[in-house]
Amino acid sequence: MGVEGIGASVVRKEDRRFVTGRGRYVDDIKIVGLTHAHFVRSPHAHAKIKSIDIAAAKGMPGVVGVLTGQEIVDDKVGNLICGWAITSKDGTGMKMGAWPAMAPEIVRFAGQAVAVVIAETKNQARDAAEAVVVDYEELPVASDIRAAIKPGAPQLHPEAPGNVIYDWTIGEEAATDAAFKAAANVVSLDITNNRLVPNAMEPRAAIAEYNDAEEHFTLYTTSQNPHVARLVLSAFYNIAQEHKLRVVAPDVGGGFGSKIFIYPEEMVALWASKKVRRPVKWTGDRSEAFLTDAHGRDHLTKAEMAFDKDNKVTALRVKTYANLGAYMSLFSSSVPTYLYATLLSGQYNIPNIFAEVISVYTNTTPVDAYRGAGRPEASFVVERLMETAARQLKVDPAELRRKNFITTFPHQTPVIMAYDVGDFGASLDSAMKAIDYAGFPARKAKAKTEGKLRGIGISCYIEACGIAPSKAVGSLGAGVGLWESAEVRVNPVGTIEILTGSHSHGQGHETTFAQLVAGRLGIPISQVSIVHGDTDKVQFGMGTYGSRSAAVGMSAIFKAMEKVEAKAKKIAAHQLEASEADIVIENGEFKVTGTDKSIALPMVALAAYTAHNLPDGMEPGLKEGAFYDPTNFTFPAGAYICEIEVDSGTGKTSFVNFVAADDFGTLINPMIVEGQVHGGLAQGIGQALLEGAVYDSSGQLVTASFMDYTMPRADDLPSFKLSHTTTLCPGNPLGVKGCGEAGAIGASAAVINAITDAIGNNKLEMPASPDRVWHAIHG
Amino acid sequence: MYETTYHRPASVDEAAALFAKGSDSKYLAGGHTLLPVMKQRLASPSDVIDLGKIKDLVGIEPSGAGIVIKAATTHYDVANSDAVKKAIPALAHLASLIGDPQVRYRGTIGGSIANNDPAADYPAAVLALGATIKTNKRSIAADEFFKGLFTTALADGEIITAVSFPVQAKAGYSKFPNPASRFALTGVFVAKTPAGDVRVAATGASQNGVMRVPAIEAALKANWSAGALDNVTVSTDGLLSDIHGSSAYRANLIKVMAQRAVTAAG
Ligand SMILES: Cc1cc2nc3c(=O)[nH]c(=O)nc-3n(C[C@H](O)[C@H](O)[C@H](O)COP(=O)(O)OP(=O)(O)OC[C@H]3O[C@@H](n4cnc5c(N)ncnc54)[C@H](O)[C@@H]3O)c2cc1C
Repeated sequence: MGVEGIGASVVRKEDRRFVTGRGRYVDDIKIVGLTHAHFVRSPHAHAKIKSIDIAAAKGMPGVVGVLTGQEIVDDKVGNLICGWAITSKDGTGMKMGAWPAMAPEIVRFAGQAVAVVIAETKNQARDAAEAVVVDYEELPVASDIRAAIKPGAPQLHPEAPGNVIYDWTIGEEAATDAAFKAAANVVSLDITNNRLVPNAMEPRAAIAEYNDAEEHFTLYTTSQNPHVARLVLSAFYNIAQEHKLRVVAPDVGGGFGSKIFIYPEEMVALWASKKVRRPVKWTGDRSEAFLTDAHGRDHLTKAEMAFDKDNKVTALRVKTYANLGAYMSLFSSSVPTYLYATLLSGQYNIPNIFAEVISVYTNTTPVDAYRGAGRPEASFVVERLMETAARQLKVDPAELRRKNFITTFPHQTPVIMAYDVGDFGASLDSAMKAIDYAGFPARKAKAKTEGKLRGIGISCYIEACGIAPSKAVGSLGAGVGLWESAEVRVNPVGTIEILTGSHSHGQGHETTFAQLVAGRLGIPISQVSIVHGDTDKVQFGMGTYGSRSAAVGMSAIFKAMEKVEAKAKKIAAHQLEASEADIVIENGEFKVTGTDKSIALPMVALAAYTAHNLPDGMEPGLKEGAFYDPTNFTFPAGAYICEIEVDSGTGKTSFVNFVAADDFGTLINPMIVEGQVHGGLAQGIGQALLEGAVYDSSGQLVTASFMDYTMPRADDLPSFKLSHTTTLCPGNPLGVKGCGEAGAIGASAAVINAITDAIGNNKLEMPASPDRVWHAIHG
Repeated sequence: MYETTYHRPASVDEAAALFAKGSDSKYLAGGHTLLPVMKQRLASPSDVIDLGKIKDLVGIEPSGAGIVIKAATTHYDVANSDAVKKAIPALAHLASLIGDPQVRYRGTIGGSIANNDPAADYPAAVLALGATIKTNKRSIAADEFFKGLFTTALADGEIITAVSFPVQAKAGYSKFPNPASRFALTGVFVAKTPAGDVRVAATGASQNGVMRVPAIEAALKANWSAGALDNVTVSTDGLLSDIHGSSAYRANLIKVMAQRAVTAAG
């Protein structure tokens, strides 16, 4: 039965319910007496609310309640928090403005809620919301970074003069400057990292139910981390106490980071359920998702790399402006700092690095972690610089990278990270072989005779997953610990339930986590159930993001399994009258080595619960829990190469080939890993070629629907050729590194490097739409 | 969606009578334009009159030297019609490029040209082929039908019953889809009449919707070949400029798509 253990491409257990339409998402949940919420949202990006008239709305059919921002403030519901404190270079703290769940006075982005209508039906709520009359006085708007930092820019929050939230640095400035002075060559680039809209398949939703008799709340919500939601809602928002609040995140249709955060809508639903004494449901529509789900990326960067006469990198200097939108979302502050600048060493031995990051407020939707969160931006900076340097220095881009690769481990970078293990050369070799790198010049020449512009682009990414050692992140300003917890429950009949604080919203945990357990015990995965997403069932948890579920979540299960197995072995030894040390677990049986004596797992479990014949002093039961705190980040890395062709008549890019060679450490389920890589690559390619959130100067989101926001479709993407080169992560018991974000982190630089190679012009911003590529060619 | 009253008439006359009775009536064909707008609450017709079930409005018939496509015929049926493929393959090809399979199964030619979206595909074919729009009241020449963005010569309540396409000596369509919506960022339909006249229509490019392109027509009339357009410059005057393409880019696309349409036409 090892066939279902680690390393087996087992078909996903959860897919039966998903593909037969029997998943259970928040919107599917039916509760007696349910009411429906519809938010009144600001059409303006920056305005003062002069008055709100709710009288007409209150009288509309079916209306149960109309609540405004002033009421939420009057009820002392806490402002939204940011969970990671960043200290500026001058030693001051973050300049954070208040974010009430509904705006009482000033709205700072188009789509911000100012009131909510609760009614018997969704349509009645919507009708009544149209009857709420809000009188706005429009204020001047700063809709992007440049507009926000220019002298005399509109001021968003009084707390943040000049709209600057923090001005943070990392690395040694003087040493870096000195290395630049001494450099033989310097390469520099101005980079825009385009803003993205996450667009999970399932829009956000919440159902809140208040039980008056028990003063108890239940919140069903689309969350990647229900325990974190419970903690934040109770500790900071004064709506419910932690022991009086159950948060359930049932099936969730994709998150990509955007469902980490606790949003105003969930808070309002919870608060309103007590106010109107009825269960309240809100299901966002796609338009609301565009306007209110935290966006991703949005950096302006100037980056320079210094080389000595042997083409060795001697220094890297980076200055980045990060757009955090109108308010600081839950982890927004950490994304352009500790999740970005700490990865600027890439796969390279760079003795001196200095980075400065200035985060600013703009009149746009808040920006926070989105698949990769800081690491795609870092990887893009480093890999665009490497490619540009190779062209400037007239050396082969693969060779320039190879010459600068880190080859001994552990390796301490100048920007906090200590890489534990890797083999960057192996990934690059694998990718170069897969794409026939050596044959490219001939292919390019042939394409040219056919009037086509062909290019090749490399990206050697590294990222940090398995976030993270609690003590380390605590010292860097994190407000939480980033361990994970698990409980292994062996039932009296020998079936197993694993309770995990990780949350699956597409990752396939119900299969992969079961594989770990099934493999260790030698039982089929059908005997193992994964329980997650409910704070009443699962003891505690920190949730799923940053590709942490295998490295951290499964490590916790591993630890709990060890405890369970140790106890089970004791029971088996007692039953078999053998020594505990002689017991081995095989094919679901506890065997005495070298004999034919054995006892099956169900009999051991039964013995644990009947407790008729246990070793002296042993507690009954077979159930153990564990908390696992990582020892380090994990460092997935790899090499992506793509070959593309540009139609110079239209500027359209098509893929000839895309190869990915990743090192994820142990692969739990190679099929699921492949799916994760495909999805990540789609998002990375999406960023490079298709996706980009655009605001006009008045702060209106121009790309507020799929008519204008280009989501990648299957036919935009090539058939990927994947391979794996493996170094096992020494930091966790499974040797896993994480694979959820790699594609989104590594792909975009490969694509832009290939297009700029094809057109012979390095001035190209993402998304490299046909229009932009055509202009880059023709002016 | 606001409340509305749905009607399913059996004939064109009944549909027109129902339309006249309603205070703010709308015809419904495939619903792929009207229903999204209603769901967004941007349209709130009192009465929705479904033309899709009227038998007389569905079907494709050869007629003399041309082909008649009835108004409620779906894009899918046009794309897969042997009669259309034989008579005007470029038209079947155009229909096959509209939207996605769901859109092609529901969307209709009558709905498309009545709506006259500036980025829709059919208007380019109707204009370049010199088709005639038949309504329950009259016949309208293509040159008289399209009146700018989302505007046509149709009177209030007038029903398109069919579009009659003449078969031309040569015809070709080339579309560059908008990467997001997949409507035409620019699509160009070229046609050469048996008498040697050339008609070229571009969609997606102009601020005023589908348009003829005289510079290209003249060059192709002199020499029907893609190469004949190499040195033609299309003016950017009146062309759209947005996040998907500048007016210069669209002017270029008009030329490049025209060249590819000529190559496709043979
Ligand atoms: C996702 C998506 C992608 C699309 N992509 C494309 C594309 O690539 N290219 C393209 O050209 N189009 C595209 N469309 C539009 C599609 O082709 C529509 O179906 C079409 O524009 C409208 O036709 P309909 O039958 O759906 O009309 P409806 O939505 O039913 O009606 C549209 C309008 O026409 C009126 N109308 C309908 N029939 C008649 C009639 N016989 N007489 C008078 N008035 C009438 C209606 O009252 C209404 O005002 C797309 C639509 C969607 C939803």
